[in-house]
Formats: sequence, structure tokens, C-alpha cells
Amino acid sequence: MQPRGRKRVAAGIGGIAALAVAVSLSACSSSPKPSGGSSPTAAPLTGTLNGAGSTFQTTFQQAAISQFKSVQSGMTVNYDPVGSGTGRSDLAAGTVNYAGSDSPIPSTETDFTGKGTVLYFPVVIGPITMSYNLAGVSNLKLDPTVIANIFQGKITTWNDPAITALNPGVSLPSQAITIAVRQDSSGTTQNFSLFLQTAVPSVWSLGSSSTISWPHSAHAGSGNSGVAQIIKSTPGAIGYVDLSTAHASGLTYASVKNSSGNYIAPSAASASASAAGVTVNPDLTFHAVWGSGAQAYPITYQSWVLVFEKQPNANDAKMLQAWIGYLLGDGQSLLPSLDYAKLPASIDQMAKAQLSKITG
Amino acid sequence: MTSHSARADSAGIAGSARALAERRPLGDRVFQALALVAGLLVLAILVLILVSTTQQSTTWFGKEGITGIFSTTWDPAHNKFGALTFIYGTAITAVIAVILAVPVSVAIALLLTEVVPYRWARPIVYVIDLLAVVPSVVWGLWGVQVFAPWVLPHVYAPVARALKGVPVLGNLFGPSTSGAPSGPAFFTAGLILAFMITPIVTSLSREVIATVPTIDKEGAYALGATRLEMIRGVVWPHSQGGIVGAVLLGLGRAMGETIAAALVIGSSTQITSHLLSPGYSMPAVIANQFGEAFGEFRSALLGIGVLLFLLTIIVNVLARAVVARNVQRTRGA
Repeated sequence: MQPRGRKRVAAGIGGIAALAVAVSLSACSSSPKPSGGSSPTAAPLTGTLNGAGSTFQTTFQQAAISQFKSVQSGMTVNYDPVGSGTGRSDLAAGTVNYAGSDSPIPSTETDFTGKGTVLYFPVVIGPITMSYNLAGVSNLKLDPTVIANIFQGKITTWNDPAITALNPGVSLPSQAITIAVRQDSSGTTQNFSLFLQTAVPSVWSLGSSSTISWPHSAHAGSGNSGVAQIIKSTPGAIGYVDLSTAHASGLTYASVKNSSGNYIAPSAASASASAAGVTVNPDLTFHAVWGSGAQAYPITYQSWVLVFEKQPNANDAKMLQAWIGYLLGDGQSLLPSLDYAKLPASIDQMAKAQLSKITG
Repeated sequence: MTSHSARADSAGIAGSARALAERRPLGDRVFQALALVAGLLVLAILVLILVSTTQQSTTWFGKEGITGIFSTTWDPAHNKFGALTFIYGTAITAVIAVILAVPVSVAIALLLTEVVPYRWARPIVYVIDLLAVVPSVVWGLWGVQVFAPWVLPHVYAPVARALKGVPVLGNLFGPSTSGAPSGPAFFTAGLILAFMITPIVTSLSREVIATVPTIDKEGAYALGATRLEMIRGVVWPHSQGGIVGAVLLGLGRAMGETIAAALVIGSSTQITSHLLSPGYSMPAVIANQFGEAFGEFRSALLGIGVLLFLLTIIVNVLARAVVARNVQRTRGA
């Protein structure tokens, strides 16, 4: 609370400074633009950056923030995991310097109209597991059609012919399926439903959103850990949980059939493979779900750091370049140990090349 | 002689009081101004909250209209935002809470005022007030981590089995069409809310009952009434209205409770008579879904906040009115 209040004052002063810079720039507009931020980590910077948004990024942001201290000891970075939607509206309102978001700004979101260009920096990707609780079954195989029908309440028992057909030789019990879902709105739900909508649009009818109108038989838990707890305590349960929570809770998860027809287990490597096989738009938005590639895990999602191209002052711009540069550079090496996946080199290069667009 | 001097004294006092009012010291006037500002500030903040949330929810009100708002479909993926399931959940859990909490609270209040001696009553009051100190998130976490997993196999499941097919009771506590009973459910939320409103209902009832004149009570005893007859004949008629007010205040509190309800209600948008099924309430949906909401979705959540605000105001105003009327009546008696 307190840093935000201070930030607002600082932003006010920054606004005046920006005005002065703008005036001095327009006075010599014929001269070529200074290529500021070519070496973002060279000069020591001082100041505070506040970010808010995606809960998916929390562990990465926290780890990166503590490591970043050794790179820029004069800078303080704060990250508030309030959810992607709130993070974006905070950015639009100018109360934070950057937002973490699991999805691009939706076309129906009007907060950003007339506020200037927003740059997308993909920073992290990760797999969503199909975790389940079935005694004696350790390597279940599922395909998108079966997953869609389970989560629409159309497949209700584990020995349904559709599931046994995918798992020859595995004896599946006649137990009822309990589906475990998120009760809070979430980027995980958003991207899980996007996967089903992308992979099997003719089967999946519940749409894609941060909140889905699940069948009434669904059990809802708060956060990834809440869903994991339901799965762990309910025999016959299946749910969507991110990889780090699945590992932390000791859950068993299924291999999922990808667009090449292979059954792939979720891992940092198979998630990177999925992201490497997607088409990236010029503004660096993309969807990592259902990526092509023989080794791609299909339920993979991504998260961006969002900043305004035009910053109120040169110092803010330099600090953002240094911070995001770190997330895309050395920070990437933190990801595998946190059960996230590194960005594919191609996307990482594109994101780094975009850093110089942030100007004060 | 005495009456004359008394009249003169009172005239003198009235005169000096008027003189005081005319030229009060600066400190007094500053204090009055500060108190006035503080009072108005609360009102201003309340009005500003109502205005800004209403403003932000106009998209929803405008787009859905009355029929849309009071429809049962809440499906953000398809841009359908009907709030009826949440209104139903809020009402049903608050009613369960009141039904469970009121008899217990009134009994405790009677125990404290009419049965146990004063020096024993004090520690009991402290313990009950401690219930009010427990943060709602603790109630919620206890409910979802400890209570719900225990109550499902030990109580809900056998009850649902036993009452299957029984008229009325089967509809309330039997298994629903969507399956077996669930740990987090309407009834679990109602029960947790009952714990949470017990302290306020108890303390208000106790205050009301304590105002029963001792002379009336002793009169009843003098006529040969037993303690129960005295409570029924004297205490109850005297404090009925005040207790109704206390109940309504408890109802208002139960309706607005957010985190505990969000954790234990089960988060399923459905309207059903089956109390052991998961449901949803208005504050719970706002707390759960606000983080990732935008556009009309966010507007709808703020709109639910406005509806809840109006609902609790109505209940609270009603409660105050009932209490005030009762106080007037008993004073007159």
C-alpha cells in the first residue's frame, strides 16, 4: 500500500520531468533519436519499479527479484500477484510500472484505449498437468476429446470405453470421475479452456475464459494448491494443475496426445517444444497451447510482462529495460528449477530486440 | 420558601447555560467541527463508494437489463452474467445461519441474564466474545480444511442416504440429481456463518433482556410463577422486538460475509433445494472472480456488489427500525 502511494507522487513528479524532456526533444526533433538502453545493465540505476498481475508468474518474479539485487543493487522491484485482469487495469490506470498477464489484452477491454502503445514481453511458459487420483494407475493417456468430455460431464466413469480405448492393457476401475476445477478466476483456467477450444472446437462447448460455467458436479478449489488438495483427497478425481504444484503435492499426471499424435508427459522441455512450434505475431503475442512439434506438450501456457512503450521519464524507461532485460537474459536460467519452462531461443531473441522500444 | 428558592436556582442555572452556549471557548468549537467532519466523512465515503461502483456497473445494468440480471446463467466465457444464483445462495446461507444461530444465542442470553449469577456470567461472555475475534479467513480455512472433509463422510453422506426419497426432508438433505453430497455446500457455509453471527446476536439479545424491569420479574415470582413461566410471561413479551432486531442484524452480517463463505460454499452456480450441494453467494463470487475479470465481467461483479450493498442496507435499516420501535415501547411501559 505504502509504496504505491509514494509511487503516485513520484509519477506526478515524473510527469513534469517527462514534459520537460518532451519539450527539449521537440526542440531538436530533426536530430536522430538517441539509442538509449543499448547496454541496459551497464550503468547503476536507482529507483523503484512496481508490478502487478498474473499469479502464475509469482514464483518466478519473486526469485528473479531477489537475484536481481546483485545486478542492480540500487533498484527495488515489487510484484503484487493480484491476477492478470487487475494487473492490466492497474497498468492502464498508471498505478504500476508493469503488469504480468497470462493473456493478451482482450479486444473488449477498453481500459487501454487512447493510453498509448503497450509492449508485450513474453517471459515465462509452463505446462498445465492433467493430474489424477487413481490407485494403481500411474501412466494414464488422454487425448483432447476425452479431456473435453470429462470436463463437460459427458464421461462420468473411469472405465468409459473412450478412456479404455486410449489405454490398452491398463485396468481402469468403474469408479465415478470427480472433476476438480478452480473456484477463483484464473489464467490457468483461461489457457486450459483455450487448449480445448483450439484442439477440439467441435467437441468443447464451454468456451474459453478465466471463469468457466462447469458442470454442477465439479468440485472447486482455490488456487492451484486448492485443486491439488481436492485431487489428493478424492479417489477418482482429475483436475488441471500447474507442474510445480503437481510436483509439490506429489500428484500423478497423465500424458496428453499432441497435434502430431504423440502422447507427451508435461515437463519443462516439452513445454518449450510446444512454444517453439507456434506462430508468433509481430507484437509478440502468441498462444503456446496445441503447438506443433513431435515432442510438444499441448497444454502449455505463457505469460507476458506488459509495459507502455512511452514511459513518463528516462529513468523509468532505463529501469524497465534493465529489469525486463534481466528476466529475458540471466533470469531465464532460474526457470527450470521452479518448474517453469524457458522461452524458446527464437522468441527470447525477438523479445530482447524489442527492449530498445521502451523510451522515456 | 423552599419552592421559591428552588425556582430561582433553576432560573440561574438555565441562564448560565445559555451564557455558556453563547461564548464557548475556541477548543470547544474546534472539537464540535472535528466531530461533525468525522461524522459527515463516513457518510460521504459511503455515498462515494455507492456512486463509483454504480457508475462502473452501468455497462452490466445497461446490457443485461432486469431480466438478464435476474437470470440464472453465469457464464463469462459466453458473456452471460445473471446474478440470481448468487442472490439465492446469499439468502439461503444467511437464513440457515439465522435458523441455527438464533435459538442458541437467545438461550445463551437467557442463561447469562436469568440463570447464572453475575460473577459466573462474566467469563462466559468473554468466551463468546472471543468467537467474534476469530478472523473470518480462519473460520473459512478451518471450514474447508478440517470441518468439510470430516463432516462429509461422517454426517452428510449417511444423512443423505437415510433421507433419500423422503418428502421435504429428502428434498433438503437427500442426494441431488447432480450427485452425492459435497463437503463445501450451502449448509456448510450456513453453519460456519452461524458460528460467526452467534456473538453479535447473543450480546444484543442479552442487552435487550437486561432491560426487563426487575420489579416486573419479581412481581411474576410473587404471583407464584416458576422461572420458565416468568421468562415466558415477562421477559419474552418485553424483549421480543429487540431480539427480532438482533436477528436481523445477524442476518445482515451473514449476508455480507465474504471470505469464509467463499471458501466453504463450494463455488457452483446452481439453484437447488438440496442444501448439501455446492452453491455460490454474492460476496464469494466477487472475491473469487475479480482478479481476472475485465470489461462487462468486471462490471457485472461490481454490479453484484451494488445489489449486495442495497440488500444489506435494507436489512440493517429494518433491524434498526425494529429495535428503535421496541425501545420506545418498553420505555413507555
